Amino acid sequence: MSTSTVSTTINGDAVQFACPTDESLLDAIRNRVGLTGVKEGCGTGDCGACSITMDGRLVCSCLVLGVEANGRAIETVEGMADGDQLHPLQEKFIEHAALQCGICTPGFLIAARVLLERNPDPTEKEIRYALAGNLCRCTGYDKIVRAVQAAAKEMRKASKKRTRK
Amino acid sequence: MRQDTKFTNQNFRVIGSRVNRPDGMDKVTGRARYGADYDAPGQLVGLFLRSPHAHARIVSMDISRAEKLAGVKAIITADDLPDLTNGNREMLDILENSMARGRALYDGHAVAAVAASDVKTARKALKLIKVEYEQLPHVTDVDEAMQPDAPVIHDWIFTQGVNPTPKKPSNVCNRTEMGHGDVDAGFARAAHIIEKSYKTEQTHQGYIEPHACVASMGPDGSGELWVTTQGHFAYRNVCAELLGLDIAKLKVTSSEIGGGFGGKTHVWAEPIALALSRKANRPVKVVMTRDEVFRATGPASSTSIDVKIGVTKKGRIIAASAELRYADGAFPGPWAILGAMTSFACYDLKNVKTVGYDVICNRPKVAAYRAPSAPMAAFAIESTVDLAAAAVGMDAVDFRIKNAAKKGTLSSYGVTYGPIGIGPTLDAAKNHPHMKAKLKKNQGRGMACGFWFNFGGQTCSTINIAADGTVNLSVGTIDVGGSRASLSLIAAEELGIPYEHVKASVADTASLGHNDMTDGSRGTFSSGMATIVAARRAIEVMKERAAAMWDIPVDKVDWKDGHAVAKGKKNSKLAPLSLKEIAENSPNTGGPIAGHNEFVADGAGVSFASHLCDVEVDPETGATRIVRYTVIQDAGKAIHPDYVEGQFQGGAAQGIGWALNEEYIYGEDGRLQNPGFLDYRIPVCSDLPFIDTQILEIPNPDHPYGVRGVGETSIVPPLAAIGNAISNAVGLRMTHVPMSPPRILAALEAGE
Amino acid sequence: MRVEIATSNLRAAADGCSHVHLEATNIRGLYADLVRQYPAFEKLVRKGIAVAINGRIFQDDWTAPIPADAELVLLPYIEGG
Repeated sequence: MSTSTVSTTINGDAVQFACPTDESLLDAIRNRVGLTGVKEGCGTGDCGACSITMDGRLVCSCLVLGVEANGRAIETVEGMADGDQLHPLQEKFIEHAALQCGICTPGFLIAARVLLERNPDPTEKEIRYALAGNLCRCTGYDKIVRAVQAAAKEMRKASKKRTRK
Repeated sequence: MRQDTKFTNQNFRVIGSRVNRPDGMDKVTGRARYGADYDAPGQLVGLFLRSPHAHARIVSMDISRAEKLAGVKAIITADDLPDLTNGNREMLDILENSMARGRALYDGHAVAAVAASDVKTARKALKLIKVEYEQLPHVTDVDEAMQPDAPVIHDWIFTQGVNPTPKKPSNVCNRTEMGHGDVDAGFARAAHIIEKSYKTEQTHQGYIEPHACVASMGPDGSGELWVTTQGHFAYRNVCAELLGLDIAKLKVTSSEIGGGFGGKTHVWAEPIALALSRKANRPVKVVMTRDEVFRATGPASSTSIDVKIGVTKKGRIIAASAELRYADGAFPGPWAILGAMTSFACYDLKNVKTVGYDVICNRPKVAAYRAPSAPMAAFAIESTVDLAAAAVGMDAVDFRIKNAAKKGTLSSYGVTYGPIGIGPTLDAAKNHPHMKAKLKKNQGRGMACGFWFNFGGQTCSTINIAADGTVNLSVGTIDVGGSRASLSLIAAEELGIPYEHVKASVADTASLGHNDMTDGSRGTFSSGMATIVAARRAIEVMKERAAAMWDIPVDKVDWKDGHAVAKGKKNSKLAPLSLKEIAENSPNTGGPIAGHNEFVADGAGVSFASHLCDVEVDPETGATRIVRYTVIQDAGKAIHPDYVEGQFQGGAAQGIGWALNEEYIYGEDGRLQNPGFLDYRIPVCSDLPFIDTQILEIPNPDHPYGVRGVGETSIVPPLAAIGNAISNAVGLRMTHVPMSPPRILAALEAGE
Repeated sequence: MRVEIATSNLRAAADGCSHVHLEATNIRGLYADLVRQYPAFEKLVRKGIAVAINGRIFQDDWTAPIPADAELVLLPYIEGG
């Protein structure tokens, strides 16, 4: 298997790495770029712990090849906060105790952000289906859904303020 | 030294508040480091070769070609692991489970391990290892394994607990009977007798983080292990014993843990990772795949249970008995004993008898799973209790209230209860708004109760007070569900400082004395007690320091609200000294200020729960949807209510998965057919409603704050609550868990 | 003092009796007297057993005092998840 050089953007930063052409993007991000906030729970696209966005689209990075990242824009949990300002989802996950062990949290945050970018005012059902690709074994999802609802509300308030200005 | 841990009904300042957890920031930003998120310079990749057979003799193994492959640095087989257990069969079982010794005992049993410079080389090396197997007859079903003609898996197992001990080996490793009164006499006087048999399939804890570690050992016998675990001290002791190391020379650091639920109380690959590292003299990183996690770690027992309950006309249970058969997997365990002990613990019974059989079969070695063994027993008993209530025409809740255990009841496992919460949870259930919610077509409501012991165990905590008055709390119990938050609250409460001034960490094994694992719902209970005492000892030191600063005798110093206060008229002009002021002066009053405590935290309070559940069964597909779910549980005292609720909700969700979908499916060939999250389906977000919770606080008399463990009981009632709800929805008594769509559909069709 | 034995396996070590009479002021003494009278318990005590004193289960700490009129029950050593 040959090795390929990949030029990509991760969380706004230009990144280059060389990886074998059969290596998953998950392994490349974790082992070559060193961003270990992206987690492996299954390696088969069933648990969502490795969720990232690629050109804005939610994907399981274990099901994407590293070489496919070439020329794309990747976003991971490490890029969610704006400097010292947490993303509202990150804040609400902490406030609402929406994490216990926290291994699934990066994936949930990314999936929830994609949902709220597309649908700023989702119903409970829409939240539950949007997050159905992410497994959590600790919380029973109750506090996760509540945290997403609270973050959505806050983001709507903030965006209203912005439009008024 | 024994210390006083009696409940004192004190008023709290910060206990019971919903503060942000200290590890939250790291966990929402991706900075938190779990088992697989650590690397050592020069590390190798460790991979395992596993048996594809359910039961096979390893006729020969040739590793010579793999050894010669460039980049391969070490290969470990059973030949590299001499038995150093000195006749301790349980330890030898752990070693043999880590690496097969002449025989593979289940599909996925490790037979060899490789450490190589990269993953590709390691994979190639595994392929070059030639194993010649002679397949042996296998058995995976618990009832079949008990048959006289079943293949006997171990020739050294002679059923214990029967008199005389059999002369022939069998798969039944243990028979345990307990109870009191005379059940035969009781049944003879019963107006109605209900008898029913049940089966439950094997489930896995299903933590999202696979087992992972980095082992680093030198030929000098010193080593380090970074690992995801529920008990780094236990891992250290077990690994040291299996590998012949000095315990103190192996330093184990626990990573953040991505879920455990009992499955990370046992070592699996860790001793082998250390052995590989020792042989290669290089660090070795081992990260299991999900397939390996399912095939070779964890699971809970599959079971087969018979229940008999006799009731009087007036609805009193006059006799109750159960026979419980639990599959332990390839090695003996205490699982049926726990099932037998917990079976009827919720009830006040004059005549009760339970018999448990622990049974060996060709499945992975069973590990603890949240209130281990109790959910299956509760499924069988609580299903039958509903039938008994129906037989006398009583409401399911009223029937349970009438028969519930209370203070002074001789429990089914032989101990007389102190103050307990089963009655109050049932009263709360009866009055809960959930009971009044309207049910639609194909919907039904069910309820069930559950019990778990909760544990204490060896515990050791240290408080160090920094020069600016902020506080380091070092604990030795792994934080699996938010215990750093609750323990910080406890330290803040005792010291009289804000919660934000406390920084709690889980110390490594070189920095703190031995702590038992975070299991048995003991984390906040026992480390909480150690923290209380450690804080009180630090306060004693601070009183001495204040006395020195004031130049008065220490017996003239009191501690109040985070301040040293001078007593007596003579000292009335001395303004109170804050913890911060005392800390700032500590270099000149005797050096650093610390408080420490080590003890055995016995006296964990038993815990009870009642769950209410509404389901809707789709008659076309047999699929069951949870419409409404309510958990009512006695927490003793909720230190951090958010994380108590989190335990209630998480346990309920696991129970719901167990009840409706989760099961190990073995083929005729004895191989696991669904070792992945696609086919072993745990509940997803869209499967569940909000899970309502009600925390009751009936203080544990043996904890200063009244804390009982809360982590486990919530998984006990769901199987039965859902089974009862399904029965009320479609008039079918499901006796086989999971009550998956095909099983319900088959039952519906058979019913018609 | 009378000590109940909760399970059949433990009873087997006491010649099948459901209770035994032991003299002790703490758990260590209780186990010592138990092993003295019923040597089959030696292995079990070493492996780990538990005793409930007035309903409170002690698994590890052998220093706990035993009040004169306490309810005493020998139990298997239990583990959790």
